[in-house]
Amino acid sequence: MLARLDIKGPNLIKGIHLEGLRVIGSPNEYAKKYYQQGVDELLFIDTVASLYGRNHLGDIIQAAAKNIFIPITVGGGLRSIDDARDVLRSGADKVAINTAAVSNPGLITEISRCFGSQCMVLSVQAKFNDCNYKSFKKDLGKWEVFTDNGRESTGIDAIEWIKKGITLGAGEILVTSIDKEGTREGFDVDLMQAITNEVTVPVICSGGMGKAEDLITVVKEANVDAVAMADILHYERDTIDNIRALAKSSGIQVRNYEPE
Amino acid sequence: MNQSDVTIIDYGVGNMLSVQRGLERSDATVTVTSDPEVLLNSRRVILPGVGAFSNAMDALQERGLIDAIQDIVNNNIPFLGICLGMQLLLDESEEFGITKGLGLIPGRVIPIPNLTQLGEMQKIPHIGWNALRPGNKTSWDSPIHKYTRLGEFVYFVHSFMAVPSSKDHLIADCDYGGHSIAATIGYKKVFGCQYHPEKSGRTGLNILRSFLYT
Repeated sequence: MLARLDIKGPNLIKGIHLEGLRVIGSPNEYAKKYYQQGVDELLFIDTVASLYGRNHLGDIIQAAAKNIFIPITVGGGLRSIDDARDVLRSGADKVAINTAAVSNPGLITEISRCFGSQCMVLSVQAKFNDCNYKSFKKDLGKWEVFTDNGRESTGIDAIEWIKKGITLGAGEILVTSIDKEGTREGFDVDLMQAITNEVTVPVICSGGMGKAEDLITVVKEANVDAVAMADILHYERDTIDNIRALAKSSGIQVRNYEPE
Repeated sequence: MNQSDVTIIDYGVGNMLSVQRGLERSDATVTVTSDPEVLLNSRRVILPGVGAFSNAMDALQERGLIDAIQDIVNNNIPFLGICLGMQLLLDESEEFGITKGLGLIPGRVIPIPNLTQLGEMQKIPHIGWNALRPGNKTSWDSPIHKYTRLGEFVYFVHSFMAVPSSKDHLIADCDYGGHSIAATIGYKKVFGCQYHPEKSGRTGLNILRSFLYT
């Protein structure tokens, strides 16, 4: 159970389909709150960094790492091995790379060689290639990779790209469904299933959690290894405790949380 | 004499900051150094580590730390290896060919099996929270688990696993796809955690705290 914190400048924000961003509050306050409530991992994504080619996360990560003792993954606008080193030095444990990996796939290999593949999370933002729309791309599979926080289409097939990313050294895959993101409609089970059928590294699924049952469905039906939660926690539509209890009673292995 | 409660070995490998802050949560004073003299005069020593086994051994060698670690252990100074730092305690590793380790606990480091006990595909790396089980009959008497209860969860992230030659040195393990993976190992005053105590919430902080009483 991950808490996903999308960041814009100094603020925690939340959008729908990765757009229409609304300010929620201070990322560090929310991070600390979720840690104390027993979330298993934190995911910070700088939503505009890749657009402007800069990254605001250093200070936020440093503050978080002071009093948070669970794994921290950081993504958004990381373009080079030096960017990765900077956030790891600030206290992150893993880096999530999307845009820069698409434009320079060799970066995946560089990061995994330098810091270990367990550090290199390939972040993939995927959108359904719908045959009912004008934008349908005949040569492409069912899902297309987008970069720059869902703004730029790439013409790359998501499943093929993930397979390639693993060959290049990615140790974990963070998959965000652009179609489901922020909608509260539940996770994209088809997309996740298509991925977990093909890969041998852990998959984190993100985008669309509306209620605790959505987690059960995607874990049971698509066999994902971890689930990212944002909106459901930010707007207090459910609690980590409740979600954990429901998952456990459904036979899903979850951590027995020990409050600090 | 270095008066800090714990000294962390800085050899350019590993997340020392979180380990330091985790210890400070128990009000420990912490020194971070790569100076063999300071290390030899420490009360307790922690060897962190992430990345590749051979790179880490090279980094220790370059800084003249391999002999220093032998001396620390010979002087009976409590020693804790974390994650890759734990794997380095063993005799050798199969990661990218055979690389010699520190040889402080008999055994070797091998890849995590790529099939589960049932013959299904196993996800590697092993990433995530997993429950601690006793490795042998007396393991829960070990000082390193003074504040840990059976079945508490800790956070793992690794592709290789340590296999101590003697079950006596396996303090705790976890179940991954039906395989036993060494979680905590120990021999005399040398301890190793495959998981990251500094990333394992209260359970992990308690394991760091218990090291302060060894």
